[in-house]
Amino acid sequence: MPDKTILEIARYSPEQDTNPHFQTYEVPVYKEWVVLDALNYIKDKVDGSLTYRWSCRMGICGSCGMMVNGEPKLTCATFLSSCGGHKIRLEPLRYFPVVRDLVTELSDFLLKLKKVKPWLIRRDTPPLSQGEFLQTPEQLVSYKQFSMCINCTLCYAACPVVGLDPVFVGPAAIALAQRYNMDNRDQGAGERMAVLAHPEGIWGCTFVGECTRVCPKHVDPAGAIQQYKLKAVLDWMKRLLPPSHSHKEGQGESLNR
Amino acid sequence: MNRQKPSNEALLWMLFSAGGVIAAFLIPVHIFLFGLAFPLGWLPAPSYEHLMLLVRMPVVRIYLFLLCSVPLFHWAHRFRYTLYDGLQVKHLNEVIFTLCYGGALLGTGVAGYLLWRMA
Amino acid sequence: MNPSTAKPRPAYTEFHPRWYRPRVSVYWWLGEWQYLRFILRELSSVFVAAFVIATLLGLRALRNGPEAYARFLHRLQTPTAIVLSTISLFFVLFHTITWFNLAPRAMAIRLRGQRLPDIVIAAPNYVLWLVVSVAVGWLVLR
Repeated sequence: MPDKTILEIARYSPEQDTNPHFQTYEVPVYKEWVVLDALNYIKDKVDGSLTYRWSCRMGICGSCGMMVNGEPKLTCATFLSSCGGHKIRLEPLRYFPVVRDLVTELSDFLLKLKKVKPWLIRRDTPPLSQGEFLQTPEQLVSYKQFSMCINCTLCYAACPVVGLDPVFVGPAAIALAQRYNMDNRDQGAGERMAVLAHPEGIWGCTFVGECTRVCPKHVDPAGAIQQYKLKAVLDWMKRLLPPSHSHKEGQGESLNR
Repeated sequence: MNRQKPSNEALLWMLFSAGGVIAAFLIPVHIFLFGLAFPLGWLPAPSYEHLMLLVRMPVVRIYLFLLCSVPLFHWAHRFRYTLYDGLQVKHLNEVIFTLCYGGALLGTGVAGYLLWRMA
Repeated sequence: MNPSTAKPRPAYTEFHPRWYRPRVSVYWWLGEWQYLRFILRELSSVFVAAFVIATLLGLRALRNGPEAYARFLHRLQTPTAIVLSTISLFFVLFHTITWFNLAPRAMAIRLRGQRLPDIVIAAPNYVLWLVVSVAVGWLVLR
């Protein structure tokens, strides 16, 4: 007979509720079960109306983020046994509008992501005959950590500035911008700097550090943002130099090439 | 997203960082000595003459000027953001900005004046 | 699609079901230990500014002569001053330690392709801090 645990889950249906309310469910606890397994159990056997996102169930798609006992977690990566106690509180990710139950509205995040242009920007396109872009292992290592981001938005749920300042671009977006800035194949650093060197970009960050603590893929967005701030300062100082230096900033500050 | 000219936040952040470094390295020992060790008699307090001798040296005056000016900008920047985030008083933007950096500038001016006219 | 006039609160906006948008409370920073630690770290800057003001007052007293300076020293010996100095010291130490521990994250220094671990950058800071503190103490106590 497996142990039982109680899940206290935030429910919200726009047709019935003005505010979310909590509903409790009792689920069996198996050693290998994660919170997602418990949610699926509830949806299969107890209450089919429970709404939540999930997909890969292995921590790579970034869909299943929610607040587990007040902490932003991926439910597919959080074991029931590690939640402590026999009551687990599940709420939708903080600082996002709630569509229904545990599902958050992400369009604002996606707009912010698009704003930082998270793709390789080239000023010139070498002909195909020149072959592929080359990248040494050292060059890969310089940005690889930031490329591990799965857009799960746990960092947005952890960052108080995101909650307090709706226009703040946020940790994941800046980390991804930095990922492309540090890529030797990219020439768009200047463009991204023009977008991010503003109070709603990097300067809004006060280095709380929560984003790095909750990141399931160890991207360290806080580190990325501080590095970006240093870079912005250097950029700003270059702007003060005579024009022969400053006109180069439009071409992007590619670190190699 | 509008492509405004990059803001001068970079300068303010640089001042905040410099002030933070100076505060981190120098302020603890100063508070320990002048705030606790000397008043409580744990260590013999320096005489008036010795301090005046130190303060008359130009390098000491520069040291004290840096100690008493840049950390003020560290405070101004940090406190400004704490008010924005902690108290959510973003609507008082300009007032807070002026009070914080204005205060830092004022302190810097006072420090410069005092040290310049130090006997 | 238009909300019926009978419902007090329409469940749909013009384009989608009404989302729930919780407001962030003014006391957000009391909600979690990490947030409280963060705000305390930020408030350490107030004690930094207070130190500067106290130092400027001391410099002014020095300038005004031995009696003025003696009065200033006397004021530093009152219980209130001692308590404030102690609290200031804690907060400034908190600032120093958090600063040294976080500074390495802003610098991605690589040696032979590998990123240097944080402690390699933080440790020299601590050592330098000790050296500088001793130097200042020696200069003042000489």
